[in-house]
Formats: sequence, structure tokens, C-alpha cells
Amino acid sequence: MCAAALRGTVSRPWYFHDIVEQFEAIGIGSLTVVVLTGFFTGAVLALNTGITLDQFGARDFVGRLISASMIKELGPVLTGLMLAGRVGSGIAAELGSMVVTDQINALRALGTDPIRKLVVPRLLAGFFMTPVLTVIANAVGIVGGWLIAVTQLRVASSLYWSSIIEGLFLEDAYMGLIKPFFLGFIIVTIGCHVGLRASGGTQGVGRATTNAVVAASVGVIAVDFFITRLLITLMY
Amino acid sequence: MVSLSERSAELEDALGPGSPIVVFDKVSLAFDDKVILKEVSFTLLNGHTKIFLGASGAGKSTILKLILGLLRPDSGVIWVNGERVDGMSELDMMKVRADLGMVFQEGALFDSLTVGENVGYKLYEESDIAADEVRKRVEEVLGFVGLSEHIDKPPSALSGGQRRRVAIARAMSYKPRILLYDEPTTGLDPITANTIDDEIVKLRDLENVSSIVVTHQLRDAFRIATCHAIRDGQSFRIIPADDDKAEEAEFIMLRDGGIAFEGTARELRATTDSYLKAFLS
Repeated sequence: MCAAALRGTVSRPWYFHDIVEQFEAIGIGSLTVVVLTGFFTGAVLALNTGITLDQFGARDFVGRLISASMIKELGPVLTGLMLAGRVGSGIAAELGSMVVTDQINALRALGTDPIRKLVVPRLLAGFFMTPVLTVIANAVGIVGGWLIAVTQLRVASSLYWSSIIEGLFLEDAYMGLIKPFFLGFIIVTIGCHVGLRASGGTQGVGRATTNAVVAASVGVIAVDFFITRLLITLMY
Repeated sequence: MVSLSERSAELEDALGPGSPIVVFDKVSLAFDDKVILKEVSFTLLNGHTKIFLGASGAGKSTILKLILGLLRPDSGVIWVNGERVDGMSELDMMKVRADLGMVFQEGALFDSLTVGENVGYKLYEESDIAADEVRKRVEEVLGFVGLSEHIDKPPSALSGGQRRRVAIARAMSYKPRILLYDEPTTGLDPITANTIDDEIVKLRDLENVSSIVVTHQLRDAFRIATCHAIRDGQSFRIIPADDDKAEEAEFIMLRDGGIAFEGTARELRATTDSYLKAFLS
């Protein structure tokens, strides 16, 4: 399926309307959940690290810790997990329903390749929108941390922001930006694969949806580990 | 993209009225240990109708999927519209499908599209025809099945019978030469079923579409086989078919993976085979 989808991205026909629709569904549609997740993760990170840093008299470094954690690891992984739940399940349920109601066969009978029509737009949207959503989650997380640092930990706002910048290295930013491409790819690929193999009526669709979320969530954690290992070897 | 005809003039002539348009030659198919079709052979002539009968799981719908290239046979040869399709790649099969229409059992309409978008799907998505021309064609075929006023509704707003008629309209929108019907009247009341039968007869007799109908409904099968549609001004009439016309529709009864009977409605009614008699009773 992956090979056929990759062929579909570089050769005609392209279904532009579906591509735009999926960018909106996956990108704009996931914005709320990603923003909320990012904000509360940044906030709780500030609360917890504030207590730990206090033991070393290093409360002022809270910003440095939040930026490094969010950008390198928590932003991509939590965004990936949220998308696995929202997008992975949605894709598996939608495509699974189309399979069991013969709509996929109808597409083929009407001369449309389901991979090009259904998989390619979702793959492109997942691949390109996951990094965008991750950047947003990172930014909102840092703002959430700032709110807690200023109101609860009584860290000066200027100190927090300068600490954020000091704690950030170019390699960290690259790592935080490269990982989401792979995570987006794995989430959508699993959702499409499981959905298109659904069988057994509505019960089969339910099973496919559950399998897609479980597989995509584990996939996000596993791919994150391997990509992190690879990037550390290459960049640090 | 849809290419309705890229064939030579010689092949076009050979595929004229009365010529074979679908040929099965000793086609076999099994799923694991279960034999579905065992050396099944038949020929559908251009403009004619084949009606497949048989118990559930006899392989009736499988035959339609083999014609469409949605399944591949284990052995045997399948010719559709002058092309050998049994080993054809998916890409080449797309060209053959340009001349094939399929009405799925439950309609298989796309939930996310309106009735009009469903009907015009192939023309909107797989052809270079301008959108306003497609809209005209969609209105025309929806008028043909008597559903013009539902063009902008979602399929979920229609009744079961209306959804089947939309499925027929979708299958005929790009003027295929062959239409395949998978249980088109199952689960419908007799009046709605009659409407669907009339659409099938109309397409066959007024548009010269070759048809393969898979059904359990004997009443509908005999109606399709023994009726004839004729133009009556702007409208049409369904009348009993004369003997010559009735010869153009043949029944095939599938049993244990093979063909247990092949013949006209008259021959089927006159059968002395106990299984067939039990099936017909």
C-alpha cells in the first residue's frame, strides 16, 4: 500500500479537492485537541519541575527545562498520540465503513483507484500537518509553562523567556521538527491499512478502529525511539 | 481518465449487435478449500440479458466481481467487451471498466456526496467533461429514473428503493455498454421492485445496454425476462415481450459451483428437474 501511495503522490491523477479537504480535516480539525494538550502539558511540566528545581535552588531554570522537554520530546510525541486517537481512528472507521458497504468496490468499478483517491490525500495531510501541529503544541506548551512559572512559581517573565532561548539549541529544533514527519506518516499509514482491511460488518469496523488506535499509539512511541536514536547519532 | 473507446474499427464491428460481449470459458475460483465456481462457461451477447439464480453462496455475485476485475479467477478465461480480463492489471482494468456499470446490492452510494454528485461521480472525477455538462447529464439520468427532485439531497435522505434507482442512475450516467445488477430488488416492496425491473428493461431495450442480473427474486427475474420496453412519444411503455424478444433473456441457475440450468424463461418454466422445480415453487 505504501509503495502504491508513494507512486500516487508523484503521478496523475491527483484529487486536489480531496487533498485540500484532508489538510483541513487533519490540520484544522485537530487544532483544538493539540492546543489543549500542549497547554496543559507545559503547565504541569512547570509545576512539577518547579518543585524539583527548588531542591537545587534552580527555580529560574524552569523555562530551559520546559523548552527542551517540549520541543525535543513531549511536543512531537503527545501531538502524535493525540493524532493517533483522533485521526487514526477516524481514518480507520471511515475507510472500514466504506469497505463493508461496498463503497471501495464501487470506487474501483467507477474507474477510481482507492489508494489515489483516499490514501494519498490523507497521507499528504498527515505527513505535512503533523509537524505544523507539533510546532503549535510546542508554542502553546511554552506559554502554559510561562503562565505557571509567573503566577505560581514567581519566576520573572523576562527570566523565563531568556531561559527558554538559552536552553534551546539548533539540534533540538531540528529533532523536534524532523520527528513529526515520521509520526504523521506512521499514524495515517496504519489508519488506512487497518481501515482498508476491515471485514465483518459494523463489528469489523469497530475492531478496525480499536486496532488502528492501539497500533498507531504504539507506533508513535516506537518510531519516536528509533528516530531519536538515529538523530542523536547523526547530529550530536 | 475515462476513454470510452480506444479500439480499432474492426473490433468495434466485431462487437456489434448479437456479438459476444461477455464470455466465461471454464472459469474456476475457490476461497481456501471452498470451491465457489467450477469450470463455469457462458456467453452474453450484445444487447441481451443473463439472469443468474441460485442459493446463497452459489457464486452469483462472484461472477459479477470477476467480470469487473474485483476478483481474479484461479483458472479459465474471461473476455469482456473484446478484452481478456482474467489476468489484466488494475491499471488496464480501469479502461475496461469505462464500459461497465455495476449496481451493488445495497446501492453502495458514497455517503459524503449528494445524490447528484454520486450520479455524476465518474464524469466529475474521471473525465474532462465540463461541470455544467455533467450536471445536465446528471439531471437527464435522474429524470430517467424519476428522481430529479432529489438531486441535492444526501443519499441517507432517500428510501431503499430510491437509493437503488440512484445506483442505477450512477451506473448508467457514463453510458456503459454492459450493466451488472447485484440483487437490485432484494428487500424492496413489490411496487418499488417493479419500478426497478422497469428501469432494467428500459435500459436494455431503449439504450441497448447488455445486462447481467443476479437475483433471488423469481417474480422480478421473470418480469425482466418476459417484458419489453417501447417508446411512446416522450414516455415509454412496458409490454409483454414476443417470443423473439423473450429469447434474448436467458436464465442461468448455479448449483455446487457449476451451471445446473441455462435457458429461456419458457424452458425454465417447463423444466422437470426436481431441484429447479423446488427452487421455482
